[in-house]
Amino acid sequence: MLSQRVIETTVGLFLLAALLALITLAFKVSGLTTFFKQEGYNITAAFDDIGQLKVRGSVKIGGVTIGEVTDITIDPVSYRAVVTMRISSAVSDIPNDSSASILTAGLLGDNYIAITPMYSKEFLKNGSEIQETHSAMILEKLIGQFLFSIGHPGEKSTEGVKE
Amino acid sequence: MDNIVEINKLAFLRNQRVIFNDVDLDIPKGKVTAIMGPSGTGKTTLLRLMGGQLIPAKGSIKVAGQEVPRLNRRALYQLRKRIGMLFQTGGLFTHLTVFENVAFPLREHTSLSNAMIRSLVLMKLEMVGLRGARDLMPSELSGGMARRVALARAIALDPDLIMYDEPFSGQDPISMGVLVKLIRTLNDALKLTTVIVSHDVQETLSISDQAYVISNGRIIGQGTAHSIRNDPSPSLQQFLQGLPDGPVPFHYPGKSLAHDLMSEDLT
Amino acid sequence: MINQVAALGRIGLEVVRQYGKAGIILYRAIFRVPDIRKGFSLVVQQIYAEGVLSLLIIIVSALFIGMVVALQGYHTLSKFGASQQLGPLVALSVARELGPVVTALLFAGRAGSALAAEIGLMKATDQLSSMEMMAVDPLQRVIAPRFWGGFISMPLLTIIFNMVAIYGAYLVGVKWLGMDAGAFWSNMQSAVDFRLDILNGIYKSVVFGVVVTWIALYQGYDAVPTSAGIANATTRTVVYSSLAVLGLDFVLTAMMIGGW
Repeated sequence: MLSQRVIETTVGLFLLAALLALITLAFKVSGLTTFFKQEGYNITAAFDDIGQLKVRGSVKIGGVTIGEVTDITIDPVSYRAVVTMRISSAVSDIPNDSSASILTAGLLGDNYIAITPMYSKEFLKNGSEIQETHSAMILEKLIGQFLFSIGHPGEKSTEGVKE
Repeated sequence: MDNIVEINKLAFLRNQRVIFNDVDLDIPKGKVTAIMGPSGTGKTTLLRLMGGQLIPAKGSIKVAGQEVPRLNRRALYQLRKRIGMLFQTGGLFTHLTVFENVAFPLREHTSLSNAMIRSLVLMKLEMVGLRGARDLMPSELSGGMARRVALARAIALDPDLIMYDEPFSGQDPISMGVLVKLIRTLNDALKLTTVIVSHDVQETLSISDQAYVISNGRIIGQGTAHSIRNDPSPSLQQFLQGLPDGPVPFHYPGKSLAHDLMSEDLT
Repeated sequence: MINQVAALGRIGLEVVRQYGKAGIILYRAIFRVPDIRKGFSLVVQQIYAEGVLSLLIIIVSALFIGMVVALQGYHTLSKFGASQQLGPLVALSVARELGPVVTALLFAGRAGSALAAEIGLMKATDQLSSMEMMAVDPLQRVIAPRFWGGFISMPLLTIIFNMVAIYGAYLVGVKWLGMDAGAFWSNMQSAVDFRLDILNGIYKSVVFGVVVTWIALYQGYDAVPTSAGIANATTRTVVYSSLAVLGLDFVLTAMMIGGW
């Protein structure tokens, strides 16, 4: 049996190694640094169709993640999907006439919300709502449109993604 | 003469088999008492009952005036500090040296300084003649030496009662002689009460003040060594003299030889 | 016919009784006021015996498993043109499933069987009885430190396994098969969520640690005190632990995928 001192030192090293591995797992493998959700402010946006968007989906401006989706509910009056987002406090100057669209990451990826900043001098605050929204592209509707335009060249279909 | 252990109308079963049935036993203070009997009669079980490791089905077991089966955990542990027990296999902790083994109860139950513990351990080892072996590991000891170390450990806390479970089994004549002498000397020098459970008749009776012989769950003989040897009961005499046939038969019960040889069975 | 049913009932009752005994032993071992000074050094010793001494097999296994998953994964993903997803494939497989489960199985085989054998041997050589008769509770002195040792070691071993396995995959994917290191790590980072994947894997390993250590300690403590009995206890430990780990893994995964 090794001396008590050696045992304690080895166990300490073991603990340190595990701690190091955990830190590496946290930052290098799972990219934890991207977003610590503590400080931020909430904004909402209403969409006709959110597609595959889920809670915890990203909110990006120009491809950079600035927040995440915290809640998705349905408005009982207008029957639109109301998405609540938490935006990092570091990004506090989003013009309040910006638009929000639901895009897809890559060809088969998850949906996320992309905010396109506009020109207003007033900014979004806690509780603000983004007025201009573009719903998700639904593959079936696109295909339907495409088939329709092939069958009826020159005509515009009355279906389609609402603007 | 007061008794340190009083057992009354003890009954104990294991797996539906009756081990003890209506047993009365007294262990007087300061004396060496032997409990003997054929293998498997439950002598070790009796020690475990006295030590509170098992609970009897019926009857009372009083050690130092306390009703052992009824004690709560704390009181039982307090009582055990006054009892030393030597198991058949020694029970030494294999990961500790001889010194540390003997020091174990001292470290656990007292807050003595290391210097004091060292002195006490060396003295106990001296009593059993193994002070020089104090840095050996149990795996390096012979059977007899291991038992002596276990003995030193059992008396580490200066108990009032010490119980030996088959201390002489499997020992060569010299080790046997050593142990026999040790048990009697320690009992008298340290004013202990000793209980020896054994089936080594001659050695045990040579140092005992009184003895009980148990067979089939009952006491078939009790008294001083002299009175037992002269007791005419056949089962007692068969045990004491080691007769191959008698109340405990030589042949395992079954059909007669003629029947087996003549029968048509292939078994 | 009635005899068969009665026998079945008896077996069932015996199994329930075993669970009860195991539960009582665990309860008495861990739900007691501990002696912090003495207990701490005992636990440290057990973390050494169970955790540190298992490191070798854990690290070697992790390395090979990471490398194999990367190798197989790369070739299969390439068929879909998705070889850039190797990082996420390996990281998610390891963090969610392979890490906790394989570590638990290896731990059961190495440390679990050693625990069962050690305690069974202590029982057979009357060391536990001697301790009891010296008014020291063997459940506190012997069983409890080993339980906490396993409880602490298992998650630590799992974390190290995860890291080494992913590193092994990196070696194969980037260094050998020529994937781009940047793509490897960045795709992995965007696919792996710390809370959902890594932490959940660690929660699993905590549960497995409790179960494997508990089974090993109970089998040793309850072993028949003969050499055959100890051998049985050791085999049973490995078999029961493995089954329990795999079964619990399914249950936990179902709970986690369903969102707890």
